[in-house]
Amino acid sequence: MASSFSQARLVTALNLRTLVTRWQSAAVTVVGIAGVMVVIVGVFSIYEGFRATLELSGAPDVMIILRGGSSDELQSGLALNAVKIVGDVPSVMRDADGPLVSGEVFSSVDLINKATGGMALVPLRGMGPQGPKLRSHLHFISGHMFTPGTNEIVVGQGAAHQFAGIEMGRELKLGANRWNVVGIFSDAGGLAESELWCDLTVLQGTLNYGTAVQSIRARLTSPEAFRAFKDTVTTDPRVNLSVVSERDYLANLSARLRGIIRSAGFAIAILMGLGAIFAALNTMYGAVAARTREIATLRALGFGAFPVVVSVLVEATMLGLIGALIGGAIGYMAFNGVQTSTLNMSSFSQVTFAFRVTGELLQWGLIYALVLALVGGVLPAIRAARLPIASGLREL
Amino acid sequence: MFRFLPLLWANLWRRRLRTVFTLLSILVAFLLFGLLEALRFAFFGGVEAASDDRLMTQHRMTIVRDLPGGYLGKVRAVPGVKFVSPQVWFGGWYQDEHKPLQVIAVEPEAFIDVYPEIRITEVEKRAWFIDRAGVIVGKDIAAQYGWHVGDHIPLQQNIPYKANGNTWDVNIRGIFDRPNGNNNGVFMQYKYLDESRQFGRGRVGWMVSRLENPADLPRIARQIDTMFENSPDETKSGSEKTWVGDFAKQVGNIGLILSAVAFAVFFTMLLVTGNTMAQAVRERTSEIGVLKTLGFSHAAVTWLVLIESLLLTLTGGAAGLGLAWLLTRGMQPFVATLLPLFKLPGHALLLGLVLTVLLGLAAGALPAARAMRLGVVQALRGG
Repeated sequence: MASSFSQARLVTALNLRTLVTRWQSAAVTVVGIAGVMVVIVGVFSIYEGFRATLELSGAPDVMIILRGGSSDELQSGLALNAVKIVGDVPSVMRDADGPLVSGEVFSSVDLINKATGGMALVPLRGMGPQGPKLRSHLHFISGHMFTPGTNEIVVGQGAAHQFAGIEMGRELKLGANRWNVVGIFSDAGGLAESELWCDLTVLQGTLNYGTAVQSIRARLTSPEAFRAFKDTVTTDPRVNLSVVSERDYLANLSARLRGIIRSAGFAIAILMGLGAIFAALNTMYGAVAARTREIATLRALGFGAFPVVVSVLVEATMLGLIGALIGGAIGYMAFNGVQTSTLNMSSFSQVTFAFRVTGELLQWGLIYALVLALVGGVLPAIRAARLPIASGLREL
Repeated sequence: MFRFLPLLWANLWRRRLRTVFTLLSILVAFLLFGLLEALRFAFFGGVEAASDDRLMTQHRMTIVRDLPGGYLGKVRAVPGVKFVSPQVWFGGWYQDEHKPLQVIAVEPEAFIDVYPEIRITEVEKRAWFIDRAGVIVGKDIAAQYGWHVGDHIPLQQNIPYKANGNTWDVNIRGIFDRPNGNNNGVFMQYKYLDESRQFGRGRVGWMVSRLENPADLPRIARQIDTMFENSPDETKSGSEKTWVGDFAKQVGNIGLILSAVAFAVFFTMLLVTGNTMAQAVRERTSEIGVLKTLGFSHAAVTWLVLIESLLLTLTGGAAGLGLAWLLTRGMQPFVATLLPLFKLPGHALLLGLVLTVLLGLAAGALPAARAMRLGVVQALRGG
């Protein structure tokens, strides 16, 4: 057996040295696999970016309270007393200004998307004075938070990047009033960066909402307090409320869109993979055909079938690896960090996010590419092993 | 021409596996092309179907906000406006909360006047007009849920329109067909929604007007918006085409991403097919020499190579496009609520066929040129 392995090493080395003479058809496999890799990296970097913004950005100790039966803020509506009732629950965190509770109103404004030139429904949120403290990673890149009671507006950096007319210092008209952009903030890449924020009472006035809010956010003393908090709030006879953690809320909000991107990604990956397998099969069959006399000579000299099989498989894997590395590099350079936005039907507003090419994604892409190359090499390898020696030697 | 068929056939099947794999990879490429085109049509197909004599008027700040119902009369009075229909988004679902419906509340008579392309029988139309709880439904959504005229169905709703209960009982009064358009809509009576809702009563989501002359559209749009300027509810008016186009663009630069994917696929497949053709011709160098010795002209040999390449791409491409067409038809019922226009339109099929020809020509060009240049002696010697 040991000799079989050393034979395999010899034949493989010989094979790889002659690869240069077959570079044209080898390039086809490399390009085929690289193409698959680029497409996979591209499609799934959209998925990963979207996931990072929505699924991973929610806090487990921040609760979102909606009207009982509502699944999102847009469809919810609550009377003012609900904010007070939630604030009185013992498991809610407090500071010098009172309970960390914010009644919020969620609407949208039509702005121009800089990338498409078309209209975009950009989320607009009015929040109570404690609202900013419910965003754990809030950080102002420029300017400052809006002053309560004024027509000041602050803009998430994703929205600032993607939509026109909300630059720092700009005045914009919403409803009957003029508003000033006074700050641009980041929130660790989370969904909040897609939004515009302003004072709750001012927005309630603009929208003719009276004192009604659509949702309440509350920070608990710990994520473990969730159960007790939920029981207290949902059994209160004065109100009809439902409670969900911000983390679950965001994951749920994006579930449909993530599902679509994922299935589309898999469908494209599988179809392109099939195409690449056919390309690899052609190349490797061609390679075996070109080496017919060489293989027959080796076999006549006493080399076994196993080393020949190994040499073909190694060649296929090598080509796959080169293709995957090239494709991965192109995909990374082309897609990583690309800023975009899309409509999330569940909240009927824009979500801005950046494509993310993660290490894990590259790793799975690489594995997939190698599997494709191997599958494309197996049948030709078997043919190589079965070549009749006598007629092979006569082959031109 | 036809006497060369056996020769072409023999050439194609000379390396059976290679031909089969090449055919399959072309098939896969065009299958993918077909599916991507269907997806693109799902996003942007509505723009083509939109009419240019219809004017949309929405709240200036955002479509999510509603407008006073009193605006309807004022818009109707603007010269050049023939009909105005109020619309309110109802949404809702039937049986499965995760399959949202496109239910819109409208004023039935005005709706029919504003959308003359909607096909519905006179009897069904009248039955809808006189039944306050009546709805008309698109033929696709009716087929999906097995609805028939006369059915009594409960629609569920997340928006807390009613103080108690989220169920709205409606009667199906008609099934309509909008040729080349979205046939997944459900239209209920505005009065039915408005009389039972606890907030927003008397207000409308947006208005659709039909104009006497499409050329007046910019002027009328300006006139309407000026009319409501400096009120708490300012408006924004524009053609239905722009409106639908803007909505499609909300999805983002998806078109760009799709084109990039398609480009990557085609580039890959071009190389694969091109290489196969090149190999096939290289192997046959001495045969080409024989053909030329027998009196085949340079042009004839070139054509043989080109036609062989075209045969390969046309067969594979047509099969792939056909498969894509079948698949999109099969998937239609499952994606209809999300992408009502997910289908492969005729012009995309045509474009696909043109691309198969281009692919065949491009892939065959180099080998054909080589076959043409080959001298007899050199070819007989094996290149």
